Amino acid sequence: MTSTIAASETVESMTAPDAALAIETRGLVKRFGTQLAVNDVNLSVPRGSVFGFLGPNGSGKTTTIRVLLGLAAATGGSVRVLGEEMPDRLASVLPRIGALVEGPGFYPFLSGTANLHRLDSADRFASPATRTARVKAALERVGLSHAAGKKVHAYSLGMKQRLGIANALLMPRELLVLDEPTNGLDPQGTREVRTLVRSLAADGITVFVSSHLLDEIELMCTHAAVMSVGRIVAQGTLDELRRTGEVYVRIITPDDDLARAALAELGIAAGYPVGGRLSALLPDPSIAPETIVSALVAAGARVRGFDIEGATLEDRFVALTGEGFDVAQ
Amino acid sequence: MSLNSVSTARSVPETDTGPASPSGGSLLRSELIVLFRRGRTLAMLGALAAIPIMIALAIKLSPAKLSAAKGPPFLDQVSNNGLFLVVTALLISLPLFLPLTIGVVAGDTIAGEASLGTLRYLLIAPAGRIRLLLVKYAGVAAFCFVGTAVVAITGTLVGLAFFPVGRVTLLSGDTVGIGEAIGRLSLVSSFVFVSLLGLSAIGLFISTLTVVPVGAMAATVVMSVVVQILDALPQLGWLHPWLFSHYWIDFADLLRQPISFASFGENALLQLGYIVVFGALAIGRFASKDVLS
Ligand SMILES: Nc1ncnc2c1ncn2[C@@H]1O[C@H](COP(=O)(O)OP(=O)(O)OP(=O)(O)O)[C@@H](O)[C@H]1O
Ligand SMILES: [Mg+2]
Repeated sequence: MTSTIAASETVESMTAPDAALAIETRGLVKRFGTQLAVNDVNLSVPRGSVFGFLGPNGSGKTTTIRVLLGLAAATGGSVRVLGEEMPDRLASVLPRIGALVEGPGFYPFLSGTANLHRLDSADRFASPATRTARVKAALERVGLSHAAGKKVHAYSLGMKQRLGIANALLMPRELLVLDEPTNGLDPQGTREVRTLVRSLAADGITVFVSSHLLDEIELMCTHAAVMSVGRIVAQGTLDELRRTGEVYVRIITPDDDLARAALAELGIAAGYPVGGRLSALLPDPSIAPETIVSALVAAGARVRGFDIEGATLEDRFVALTGEGFDVAQ
Repeated sequence: MSLNSVSTARSVPETDTGPASPSGGSLLRSELIVLFRRGRTLAMLGALAAIPIMIALAIKLSPAKLSAAKGPPFLDQVSNNGLFLVVTALLISLPLFLPLTIGVVAGDTIAGEASLGTLRYLLIAPAGRIRLLLVKYAGVAAFCFVGTAVVAITGTLVGLAFFPVGRVTLLSGDTVGIGEAIGRLSLVSSFVFVSLLGLSAIGLFISTLTVVPVGAMAATVVMSVVVQILDALPQLGWLHPWLFSHYWIDFADLLRQPISFASFGENALLQLGYIVVFGALAIGRFASKDVLS
């Protein structure tokens, strides 16, 4: 998926574009100076899917989105959005897309309503006759009706974020591109966004949503891609991503040092505990659970909880993008 | 290099030849509303309105008659005829105050939207890059018009209120009635308005180069000052006809009998040249620019 060799790529780009895809990139490259922010990305976002776009900070998610929307020119590769070649057909494709890119951007000296009027008037296909009604409906949909007349400089972070989502919903869309839509939202807002995304998806709208919040993605997406250092390292349905045959052991213990040593004896490498829980990939799924437990007990680790389960999205994410906390580039 | 050719081939992302639609003029209307409802714009217009008022007060309150040789031309005539207040106020505003306000408005056009983060949302609306530039330039031109009109109209009102008004003696010595004089003042105001259009185009271009609006504003104002200094250096005579400020003070030609439109025409042509050149540069730059703010 990631290391497409040159030959297979040529074959790929010569095959007919897939009409069932809302977004399709082939060998997409975006370079900033010497840095490859996006490196040979082949995205395939099926129509009607809720597609999670995952990746650590600086992995190139926003940059990819900017190129998809024609804000930045690709250094190489091809992009098709809603079946149209980009950026040639930008003017006819963009009205069919609603987007939130790298946080909201508004005029602080205008009210929420006035801001949406302003941005709506930029869209030549948006009818001025229905503008007031559409703005009102969009504000209602994100729960901002009561703050609609307030100047945006008096909005909180989450209110601005909601206004940004309202802007994406001003017109009926075929594709929504949401870059970290739940950033800064309260739990109610996060739930609302989730419900909103589900209801949009139920209407047949494709939603492409980037996030770091894996539980979010797990709760609302049907498909996902994981980016790391400018490349896509995994892509597919959520089940495909999780179903890797990998089995994890989870241990609740206060003696994580002892437990780690005991696990190491069995050839199991455990990381550091998260929320009092040790989690480790079983290199050999046939190791019997009781073997592990007795090894732990023999080593003097107090085992207060024990479980063996399949990979979560978080396991996959960490396995794919690395444990390290430092930004990669 | 093939990668480069790919990126230049994609560098003009859209043309503005999309289907005409009923809402084509909405963006311009919205631009004008945002521009003229903004506190900063209103403050600048207020400051421009204060110029004729300050001049009138200075003349009223000064005890002795100033000799004609000192101070700006026309100043000594104001106390005889209030309509000369308009000419004096425009003459004083043109080199500095008007370019200052236009630097602010023109420098803010693209860089201001970029720094607010609204530029990306306008572009994905989609406003169309070239359409957005045209609308932005129209906004600055509208500000030039309103700014000049504010100086001229307050000048007229204050002149009528504070000073005697009668038949006006032109620079050529002929006298004309008030109706004709008002006509001449409108021509002078149009001349000043047209004079500002070249600088506006420069400001628009500078604004596409940065995401820091204050930088673009300052650079535009500095341009206007530098060009006027160059225009004042006799050693650079060969350059003078090409400087956008070259004809600025020639509006006096409109106050002679018979009236001469030669400098009006030359000025308009020069400003048009600036609009074409810097408009093309702005389009060339902005159409291919990565919007990363
Ligand atoms: N304007 C720019 N100039 C130079 N490099 C940039 C620019 N914008 C982004 N980059 C680089 O491109 C890489 C990808 O950045 P991008 O914003 O796409 O990351 P991201 O995945 O959206 O991260 P986050 O999760 O923090 O939003 C980063 O290494 C960043 O430093
Ligand atoms: Mg980002």
